[in-house]
Amino acid sequence: MKAEAYPCPLPGGAAASELALVFDRDRAKRVLVAPALFDEATRMRRFTVEVMRRLDGAGLDCFLPDLPGCNESEQDLALVEPEDWRMALEAAARHFGATHVLAIRGGGLLLPPKLPGWHYAPVKGSSLIRTLLRARIIASREAGVDEDAATVMDQGLSLGLDLAGYALSGEMLRQLDQALPPRRADLIPLDQETIGGGALWLRAEPDEDPAQADALAAIVSMALAA
Amino acid sequence: MRSAIDRKLRKILSEVLGLKPGQADDFTSKTGLFGALPELDSMAVAGLLTEMEDRLDIVIDEDEIDAEIFETYGSLLDFAIAKQADA
Repeated sequence: MKAEAYPCPLPGGAAASELALVFDRDRAKRVLVAPALFDEATRMRRFTVEVMRRLDGAGLDCFLPDLPGCNESEQDLALVEPEDWRMALEAAARHFGATHVLAIRGGGLLLPPKLPGWHYAPVKGSSLIRTLLRARIIASREAGVDEDAATVMDQGLSLGLDLAGYALSGEMLRQLDQALPPRRADLIPLDQETIGGGALWLRAEPDEDPAQADALAAIVSMALAA
Repeated sequence: MRSAIDRKLRKILSEVLGLKPGQADDFTSKTGLFGALPELDSMAVAGLLTEMEDRLDIVIDEDEIDAEIFETYGSLLDFAIAKQADA
């Protein structure tokens, strides 16, 4: 496993350099991993990398790109739109020569259209936004500030919004709120029942579950071994 | 109906709190939640609410979210049952 940069297009034609975690031994089957978003990205990170270790062990190359504005990115999240993330995933897919995709949760909302693969625990963009908005309302109430969700969202759509520590642009809120998991014949949804165990993205503290990582990696590696 | 909601709610809480299978069976109506369990912060409570909506097929209005609902397991269960009766 190593960190490797990939060129990521910026609006206006320039390019930024973003990091990706890669298991690359020049093998034929190459899986782009689209990470979960926001707070779920943190809680799903270890699970995601554990799945990648297993894919590597099963003879598959795999790549986990940072999205612009997240992790080690130099971009300002407050200026990022979902389209920038889609372009980043497309650029990473091209750079690493991905043949398949494994999307985790909200990562599936941003996929480049051409790669076949799997979408683990699909979620609507509106559910992600609603949860973040609620966390803010609950935290505000605890601090003695009574906020109204609809008013906060309205302000956010025009001015951008800080949700659970993430500075989100109005465009990010608007587009994500409408984003639905893609329904494509070549993108197989995998629900939590298929993987077994409790949903790790719900965990109050980040956790891991080797059995779940085994299950997800097995589905992908068996399909690609065929 | 109460027992079905009870079962689902214990399962969701198990996932949020990372409990082992069966551990949530020990919850009583007086078991403290928000305030008693430090890991149950605003983000975790928000995730819990969204998951309750999905699995119990209810809609929770932000105005209804009150610290008292999360005080004990019993108060959360009563809230969920009342919501599902409305649905």
